[in-house]
Amino acid sequence: MHKFLIHDRGDHVGVATEPIADGEEATGVCIADDSTVEVSANGAVPLGHKIAIRAAAPDEPVLKYGIEIGRAPEGFAVGDYVHTHNLKSARW
Amino acid sequence: MSATPLLGYRRENGRIGIRNHVAIIPVDDISNAACEAVAAHVRGTLALPHSGGRLQYGEDLELHFRTIIGAGRNPNVAAAVVIGIEEKWSRRVAAGIAETGKPVAWFSIEGHGDFETVRRASWEAKRMVHDASELQREPFALGELWVSLKCGESDTTTGLGSCPTVSEAVDPLLDAGATVIFGETSELTGGEHLIAARMATPELRERFVSIYDDYVGEIESSGADLLGSQPTEGNIAGGLSTIEEKALGNIQKTGTKPVVGVLGPAEEPADGPGLYFMDSSSAAAECVTLMAAGGAVLHLFPTGQGNVVGNPIEPVVKISANPRTVATMAEHIDLDVSGLLSRELTLPEAGERMLELIARTASGRLTAAEALGHEEFSMTKLYRSA
Repeated sequence: MHKFLIHDRGDHVGVATEPIADGEEATGVCIADDSTVEVSANGAVPLGHKIAIRAAAPDEPVLKYGIEIGRAPEGFAVGDYVHTHNLKSARW
Repeated sequence: MSATPLLGYRRENGRIGIRNHVAIIPVDDISNAACEAVAAHVRGTLALPHSGGRLQYGEDLELHFRTIIGAGRNPNVAAAVVIGIEEKWSRRVAAGIAETGKPVAWFSIEGHGDFETVRRASWEAKRMVHDASELQREPFALGELWVSLKCGESDTTTGLGSCPTVSEAVDPLLDAGATVIFGETSELTGGEHLIAARMATPELRERFVSIYDDYVGEIESSGADLLGSQPTEGNIAGGLSTIEEKALGNIQKTGTKPVVGVLGPAEEPADGPGLYFMDSSSAAAECVTLMAAGGAVLHLFPTGQGNVVGNPIEPVVKISANPRTVATMAEHIDLDVSGLLSRELTLPEAGERMLELIARTASGRLTAAEALGHEEFSMTKLYRSA
């Protein structure tokens, strides 16, 4: 049973469709091609919030829908909870 | 495609209405009391009180007129009574509505007082209600609908479920020849290039980019930090981290067709059927009010965390894919597509349900917002009055 969904194959993040617990081995499905991803969560991820499925280098554009949704000033690792603490708008 | 037959009210100008209101429209805020008194006397009438109309000037005044005239012109309104403090502006609003061919009467309070105005307006409103009550719904084609789109209290489920569901209905609506309006200038930030790329002509693209750049310039020149309000507290609680992420989710609802027109706020599409962008506030009640004034008769409103907005003349249909919202705010949600997140529902199935609900709502089924009495009629102000 999947715990998160990914919009596009190249995305850095998936969206939790159920709460994910710290340390949980969670399965995600990419809605573009039905492929699956397994990730070990480095922290709890609430429903609707994001989990990293690809590492981001500092200031690397972070992709969702295959499009940049902001930058990660310090970067993040696979399994990290991704939100306003480690993802910032590139617009203002 | 939906099997439900579509039944609506064909107005004098050929447009289709899906509701049959007799609207009592104040030209200005100080005429609200008289309009509400008429509505209290005559069952089946709908007063549209608001906060504008006095000492506005320039483009802000024009927008005020366009909004109240547009509300009266909307095909969901069978007939309108207009009441203002002064004769000239009351006459102007009534004339704008009368262009559609529908019955309109106007009254001015100055020199008569509320009692006499309410007495005369009530007689007129009662006649209009009798006539409107005899109008019958008749079959119409899906392509005759004018539909507007705006989402609110967005979260990540909006981009995953409710906006794509609306999109699944928008393409067939446009294929059928419908007119569809979207907007929310500020909330396109991060996805504005994707909308610009969908403009049907270079001229439209130029107009769109200029409207968007003006908006960004306005924010920057005010010195305000929009980060405090975009994304909103509700958006962030729902998992959205940046304005770009919010925008990319929101534009999922616009389908895949080219944009054939760029409208000012409350402006009526005049270039035939298709998808239109309207320069508009992203505040729910203001945005729906502007789109209703532009002539849309049915609004599709995807929500994540649960926005409760309604409109007095344009029914607002709420769609949510957030499993928590559809459970905790069930009375506000017309279409639950949370099965998209659990993958128990496919997107084409969700689209079918959306089209079916559009047909039922257009034929008279009340929306949650209508049943709950949500009648937010909110004026957009461009700058302070004199």
